[in-house]
Amino acid sequence: MSKNTKIVIVLLVICILLAAIPVLVLRDAQFGGSDDAGSQMIEEIDEDYVPWFTPVLENLIGGELPGEVESLFFCIQTGIGVGIIAFFMGRFVERKKWMKKTGAE
Amino acid sequence: MSKKEIRFLKTVTAAAVLLAAAPVSNAMHIMEGYLPGGYCIAWGVVCLPFLITGFLSLKKRIQSNRKSLTLIAMSGAFIFVISSLKIPSLSGSCSHMTGTGLGAILFGPAAVSVLGIIVLIFQALLLAHGGVTTLGANTFSMAIAGPLVSFGVYRLCRRAKVNQKVGVFLAAFLGDIFTYCVTSVQLALAHPSENGGIAASAVKFLGVFAPTQLPLAVIEGLLTVIIVIGLSSYAGPELKAVGFDKGGKAHE
Repeated sequence: MSKNTKIVIVLLVICILLAAIPVLVLRDAQFGGSDDAGSQMIEEIDEDYVPWFTPVLENLIGGELPGEVESLFFCIQTGIGVGIIAFFMGRFVERKKWMKKTGAE
Repeated sequence: MSKKEIRFLKTVTAAAVLLAAAPVSNAMHIMEGYLPGGYCIAWGVVCLPFLITGFLSLKKRIQSNRKSLTLIAMSGAFIFVISSLKIPSLSGSCSHMTGTGLGAILFGPAAVSVLGIIVLIFQALLLAHGGVTTLGANTFSMAIAGPLVSFGVYRLCRRAKVNQKVGVFLAAFLGDIFTYCVTSVQLALAHPSENGGIAASAVKFLGVFAPTQLPLAVIEGLLTVIIVIGLSSYAGPELKAVGFDKGGKAHE
């Protein structure tokens, strides 16, 4: 295994741990969004403040986006990104193999 | 980049400009409707020069070397992926990362502002995350201020002959943290605390964001290092084309 492969594996493991530990340790936590915590803080500081605009989509469908649909959109976003990265990475990897074979590099 | 793509970019930029300036605006994001109108417009205007510079620099880069297109696409895609992952944090709430570090290191901060705003528009329109009214403010924090820091930190690290991977990590980590600092200040400017004013208010907002964001910024740093390792192992010619060789000096 090359040195880089090892580094990548170690880093990935650290990432997974960092994300997993809070869920395992904090059993009672809600894990709401910190953006929402931000809006609560605004209400605390500025009691009279009323949000003057609601999200376009919420206006359109007349209510909040259902949780499942929201996660669908988030998945689409991830999917688009991963698709592009994986497509090019795949090409790069194959190209390197091919170049090695033909001795171009 | 084909004509169609260029037209697409232009449209997106134009739309962003309109949205930022129109009296409709919603913002990692500052939530829709939580910034008074004046601030929405002001932040939008502040973003404009960056967006225009970014657009021109991307255009120039692509014209001078088409190979850079792949890396631009990948940097954009990286922002898409990273900013869509909501990750639980030690503070008991979730947040997501910015993903702008990679683009900032490879292409400089101005170019990232264009990539970042695409993601922000996607989230504002489809996810009611951030918002159209706060788009300007969010663009400034996530796609301009954060990348500026990333870019600066990375260059400093290179100059100081810090190990390249460490430099990439620090750049992405600090960029992420700075994004949230700016968000806090933006909120504080619009909502100063009654006793203590803007500063007290900024500290309060930071108190909300910082504990959540710190571990996530570490993850973001690590993921950015991983993708840079991947790219430097397999995309040598492309990296060279954008002036990032494995010895690692990013240039404008």
